[in-house]
Amino acid sequence: MSASITTNHNDSGYNFAYLDEQTKRMIRRSLLKALSIPGYQVPFGGREMPLAYGWGTGGIQVTAAVIGPDDRLKVIDQGADDTTNAVSIRRFFETVADVAVTESTEDATIVQTRHRIPETPLKEDQILVYQVPQPEPLKKIDPRETETRKMHAYGEYGAMQVTLYEDIARFGRIAKAYDYPAIVNGRHLMSPSPIPKFDNPKMENNPAIQLFGAGREKRIYAIPPYTSVRSLDFDDHPFEVQSWKGCCALCGSTESYLDEVITDDKGSRMFVCSDTDFCNTRQAEKTATAVADDQASGEEA
Amino acid sequence: MAYVAVKGGEQAILNTHRLISETRRGNQALAELTLAQISAQFGLAVDRVMAEGSIYDRELAALALKQAQGDMIEAIFLLRAYRTTLPRIAASEPVDTSEMAIRRRVSATFKDIPGGQVLGPTYDYTHRLLDFALAAEGLERSQAVVAAAPLDEQVPQVIDLLDSEGLIEEESDDGQEEVFDLTREPMRFPAGRDQRLQNLARGDEGFVLGLAYSTLRGYGHNHPFVGELRLGEVMVEIVPEELGFPVAIAEITVTECQMINQFRGSAEKPPQFTRGYGLTFGHNERKVMAMSLVDRAMRARELGEDVRYPAQDEEFVLSHADNVEANGFVTHFKLPHYVDFQGELQLVRQLRAEHEATREAAQMKEAAE
Repeated sequence: MSASITTNHNDSGYNFAYLDEQTKRMIRRSLLKALSIPGYQVPFGGREMPLAYGWGTGGIQVTAAVIGPDDRLKVIDQGADDTTNAVSIRRFFETVADVAVTESTEDATIVQTRHRIPETPLKEDQILVYQVPQPEPLKKIDPRETETRKMHAYGEYGAMQVTLYEDIARFGRIAKAYDYPAIVNGRHLMSPSPIPKFDNPKMENNPAIQLFGAGREKRIYAIPPYTSVRSLDFDDHPFEVQSWKGCCALCGSTESYLDEVITDDKGSRMFVCSDTDFCNTRQAEKTATAVADDQASGEEA
Repeated sequence: MAYVAVKGGEQAILNTHRLISETRRGNQALAELTLAQISAQFGLAVDRVMAEGSIYDRELAALALKQAQGDMIEAIFLLRAYRTTLPRIAASEPVDTSEMAIRRRVSATFKDIPGGQVLGPTYDYTHRLLDFALAAEGLERSQAVVAAAPLDEQVPQVIDLLDSEGLIEEESDDGQEEVFDLTREPMRFPAGRDQRLQNLARGDEGFVLGLAYSTLRGYGHNHPFVGELRLGEVMVEIVPEELGFPVAIAEITVTECQMINQFRGSAEKPPQFTRGYGLTFGHNERKVMAMSLVDRAMRARELGEDVRYPAQDEEFVLSHADNVEANGFVTHFKLPHYVDFQGELQLVRQLRAEHEATREAAQMKEAAE
């Protein structure tokens, strides 16, 4: 008996990318359906993964279904490659799929993400896989799926517009900083996952394929390349994104999403890019230009 | 500059794996637990892990418990993740619990029942006094006296005795139709009873127990009677396609509860008793009793009763009963959320600034007047 346990638990006993081929086929069929009906939540037979629900089980199932031996995988959490859960998921695929991994957005063929869209624009041959905790944007309006399904079927999104209006009446503005609802392809209301609303405009007309996986809720949805994604707003209260007064303290970017870092116990703080690859690349470029400038000025003198 | 970007997550994770392994082993001077010891002496823990982990394998459950340092939910999670990788070979024939090799069987509805009341192994009538003698090792333990004759092979279900009089609703499912498979299909609402029972069987014992309790305290009208509670071994059979006849593949321990509940009748139906059902792998009496109460509560819609309380609301119960799901989502909040938090922080600062500005403007106006 104990012998059979040892063989069963052998790492090499698992199929490529952990899931068996039939399960991957089932997920790919759901993905195709999702791409055909942009923003529509397709129920799928989500499996129990060796990762806790809420920690990216939907994302890793989608990645496992689309990844091949030649892919280069990038995993980010909060925009960073070195956050613990991103490291853990990257290690998972290194173990069960033995694929090449990268921290560069530019070089990756698949980017799995939690809470951010990379700052570097994506290209046509790339896939962005989102980890989604709650795929249903109407959940806060009605927790019952039996109801929200009807609202989607009838395209009845007035209630969502009303909740945004209530914010305006109460606070003078739409008080939603992340997971900001958007209409995909002029039809389905979609949760962009808890990315900051700063990232919403990046979903629109994106050349890459965007896939969303919610493991616990067993739903998959997608945005095909070059699809319209309109964040909800009002004519007199147009959608707007976050902006910062300063720039990134490390690379000087004024266009990226910034994280606030508390640097001492007196409450001093600094702002740095949340996208580590973007920030590191810019810092490296700056150093390179500085060195080149130094050399150029040295030659002149 | 004081700030250095936090790197080294990878190294930290590797180290934490080593540390947890060290912590799990504990004091090296003590002998290491064996799976056989866990399986034999922590039998009820193993039973719960098998039931909620939904694999019948004592050895794997014992391993999961050892690996999880006895943390039930973690052990259940380990088994579930392992289960995903197993191929599905066949669906078994319906198990006939009247053919159970009974170890324990009680009914609260009749003093004497055909086949007799069999107490079997239970803590029910022990006084919950810490037994300090048990702390000593190597003492001889008492042995039970074995009856002269074995129990009948076929012990009829108490509930079937009521059936013949029409006092209790008929069981409508004969087990011939294809069964919903919760592990292969997403949850569907409204749910069939097969889906509900599967969910409850795998559901968290504590959660199901709490819900069952709520139905007894007014949050869902329910007065139950234990028609029968039985524990024992049953045969699992499959019909291989190439053979065409059933073959026994395993003998498993199960606990089953048939709960009898009041039903006042409706326009179409005369008053009669209704059923609540519970069944799990292993010895889990508390769980099957709770399960049968919640099963009955969730039948409210089907029986034309008002759905007013949490335990009657299948979408509420089924969506929250699974502890692997609940554990994951509740604990995911320890993952970094600083991107979203930054968004919120900005928003609250903005709203506070605007609030302050409005207040000051109002005060200025007041002062001017």
